[in-house]
Amino acid sequence: MDAVAVAHRENYGRIVATLIRLTGDWTLSEDCAQDALATALERWPRDGVPGNPGGWLMTVARNRALDVLRRAAVEDRKLREVAMTGPAHEDEDDRLQLIFTCCHPALALEARVALTLRTVAGLSTADIARAFLVSEATMTRRLTRAKSKIAAARIPYRVPEGDALGERLSGVLAVLYLLFNRGYDGEPFLAEEAIRLARVLATLMPAESEGSSLLALFLLQHSRRHARRDAAGDLVPLDRQDRETWDRASIAEALQILLRTPVEGPYALQARIAACHATAVTPGDTDWRSIALWYDELARVQPTPVVNLNRAVAHGYAFGPSAGLALLDDVREIRDDYPMVIAVEADLTARSGDKQRAATLFREAAAASPDGPERRALLARAAEL
Amino acid sequence: MKYMMFVCTDTEPETDESRVPDINVWVAENDAAGRRVEGSVLAPPSAATTVRVRGGEVLLTDGPFTETKEVIVGFDILECADLDEAIAVAAAHPMAHGGRVELRPYADL
Repeated sequence: MDAVAVAHRENYGRIVATLIRLTGDWTLSEDCAQDALATALERWPRDGVPGNPGGWLMTVARNRALDVLRRAAVEDRKLREVAMTGPAHEDEDDRLQLIFTCCHPALALEARVALTLRTVAGLSTADIARAFLVSEATMTRRLTRAKSKIAAARIPYRVPEGDALGERLSGVLAVLYLLFNRGYDGEPFLAEEAIRLARVLATLMPAESEGSSLLALFLLQHSRRHARRDAAGDLVPLDRQDRETWDRASIAEALQILLRTPVEGPYALQARIAACHATAVTPGDTDWRSIALWYDELARVQPTPVVNLNRAVAHGYAFGPSAGLALLDDVREIRDDYPMVIAVEADLTARSGDKQRAATLFREAAAASPDGPERRALLARAAEL
Repeated sequence: MKYMMFVCTDTEPETDESRVPDINVWVAENDAAGRRVEGSVLAPPSAATTVRVRGGEVLLTDGPFTETKEVIVGFDILECADLDEAIAVAAAHPMAHGGRVELRPYADL
């Protein structure tokens, strides 16, 4: 990657964040950051890359903003100029304010996601549109509408304090989680962006343990990116993945983070479950008892159907198939909507020795699944019995 | 920043009855803090009259401008620093618990 592209990735969000704080004008701030990058593209190849590319870009962007404001002769021009020409605040990182504003719950969820990618991560509108399967025009409208609402409803540009912080931080983390999962569903660069954003958050809010836990969770899941799909692109279950291809550096970094991060919420629990899997050299080495206990905790704070289902699986491995089958009662009501529930019941039944009933259940699960590799795998399991 | 707060019913209320605030306390607190400029309970939609002028003629309709199951039962005009402050005021209103409250900023003209 050339110097301007690197500088773009590393500095775009910071420049926009600071310019919004100084000018209050989102569009102006984005335009000036773009202008600064265009200037760099023109000058750096000719004059060489400056010693502090980020500082250079920030100064150029700020001067451009100042020019625009001067020419616009806005009413509070004087005030703005004073703010702009004050000390440079080189050390100040305004990205937290930007992240919290982009993820404000008064914006639609899809707008929060798009705005975060556009302004904090600095992705192009075209790339975001492609990742979310809408036209560029639609994505432009979505971004414009979100920025208009921020201005019209006066959504504040700040990190909330006190009781509001916890609630709003979960909202921010939920946006990153959605991005990461979207990355896993087939847009790998979104997973990388989610990791980058989680890193920013964990660095700027070291006291908020759930931010660090989410980063660790991402790193652990991302460590399996080369093992998750087979040559045909189909998902490979955890116990059949080639563990040699897991990214050891990612896993080591995540484990380091978890060592110094207390267990204070759902992401901490999910990260610890992922860590149990990541540290098992073979599937047989998996510490299912610890996983089952972490799932007990997780089901207490986040009793969703998926968590309850995974809890039954974990208990099935840790304490025997009948322990798992007993917990399946907790997800009985979603059996018709999630073929996975039937598949888990089939697997536990097979391991408890009732092969005939297990085969029937595998076929039932297959019939309820959409046509594809998962259905084929279920039918294969039925045939094996 | 001024916000018009529409206080509405909800056709599918899930009332959180254990913690519904007292309206008199809400009014007194926000009046004292200067966050509530004006406000009132409104007469029911059966008392509403909708007025249109078409082709120079005044047309009147008995009832609200739109037939919905949700009904605007009152309004308040808030003066708040930003949306977060307005949300905090709205969330403390008893009708946010079981009904619904819409915050609409004054347009910046």
